Amino acid sequence: MKTIFALLKKDLLLELRQQHSFYGILLYVASTIFVLYLSLSNPEPDVWNALFWVIQLFVCVNAVAKSFLQESRGRMLYFYSISGAREFIIAKLIYNIILMLLMSMMSLGLFFLLLKNPLDKPLVFLGIVCLGSISLSLVFTLLAAIAAKAQQNAALMAILGFPLIVPQLLLVIRLSKAAFGEQFRTGAVLNLTGLIVGLDIMVLILSIILFPFLWKD
Amino acid sequence: MRKSWWKILAVVLLIYTFTAGFLIHIPHIGNLKETARNLFFHVPMWFGQITLLSISLVYSILYLRTPDLKYDIFAVCFAKTGILMGILGLVTGSIWATYTWGSPWSNDPKQIGVAIALLIYFAYLVLRNAVPDIDKRAKVSAVYNIFAYFIYIPLIMILPRMVESLHPGGKGVEGNPGLNGADLDANMQLVFLPAVIGWTLLGAWISTLNIRLELIRDKNLLNAE
Repeated sequence: MKTIFALLKKDLLLELRQQHSFYGILLYVASTIFVLYLSLSNPEPDVWNALFWVIQLFVCVNAVAKSFLQESRGRMLYFYSISGAREFIIAKLIYNIILMLLMSMMSLGLFFLLLKNPLDKPLVFLGIVCLGSISLSLVFTLLAAIAAKAQQNAALMAILGFPLIVPQLLLVIRLSKAAFGEQFRTGAVLNLTGLIVGLDIMVLILSIILFPFLWKD
Repeated sequence: MRKSWWKILAVVLLIYTFTAGFLIHIPHIGNLKETARNLFFHVPMWFGQITLLSISLVYSILYLRTPDLKYDIFAVCFAKTGILMGILGLVTGSIWATYTWGSPWSNDPKQIGVAIALLIYFAYLVLRNAVPDIDKRAKVSAVYNIFAYFIYIPLIMILPRMVESLHPGGKGVEGNPGLNGADLDANMQLVFLPAVIGWTLLGAWISTLNIRLELIRDKNLLNAE
């Protein structure tokens, strides 16, 4: 438990000190949304929703990819000697979730600022955004580990990840419509949320089980 | 002879499928007409695919438990045949859809689901090609294979239940990923079950042939120690 915390603290400190990567992603988000603003200033709610989630997907690939790719071989060896694989992946998962939540909030703010606010229930949408970004970062953390192990860049991660994220992404986009004032069958919202949370838990367990195999050489 | 009984069974069952499948009397429902016979070819592909991918999953797990390159070859060969059956299932489904739904592709949730499934497993093959080191390739692809399988199953089990679909068994929450077996005509059931077993066995047979080829190709690697 202490190791997890220490590793998490190390990642966060590193992020605070080398701010270029954080601001790099932030600039990526901002410029993408600005391009959207220039190309369509007032999108329909459906388009707005789809665009938002696709942007989140790309942000996630970029933000999470570097979590493993930035670690050099020597440093991985060092971590290996001081902590277990489980602690390491859990620390990475938590760190990626925090990073992704931050990014989603920023992009949500920018969306409100530049692309208007078509939402009926902004608070509900905020909750869904949190849920969605947790799902995204969970799935992509393990894929980043796989891509890093294969000594490949973020492109491979995108190839591996895009088909795998589709179920969750579709569920989240569907659920988001609740915040746009669409009426759902009674219990359907809870059902969908339960499904997404269930998938998240499954991905979490799989990551914790599978990562130790990737780790040792 | 003792070891090849299941191959003979596969041939017999498939001959039966091809003859009886075209000859038996089938009920005419709606616009299905004679295309209902596609049931003996289209549906078994998916049964076969799931079975082969599950076998592939088992070998991937085995590889992670005891890193033996043989398990890796087994896993990838079963996955490849699974992909092949998936493509055939998609093609037979599209042909069927042309005559019943009016067009080969109508963005039906089930068509989208299987298209994503194929993409997932193509990514598996791409990943394998991306790693030059054999042991590392085996390990990384085994991890991805397990991860992919556990995403794939919810994808085809949950998604079709959520949305309306033209496909049989696609009525909201009561829906079913494929079709409800109880709805099947008794006459058709007589051919359907042997067809499923026959096609699945054929898939396994293709996989074992491929495995033998790979084992011979990597003979030097496998017997290195």
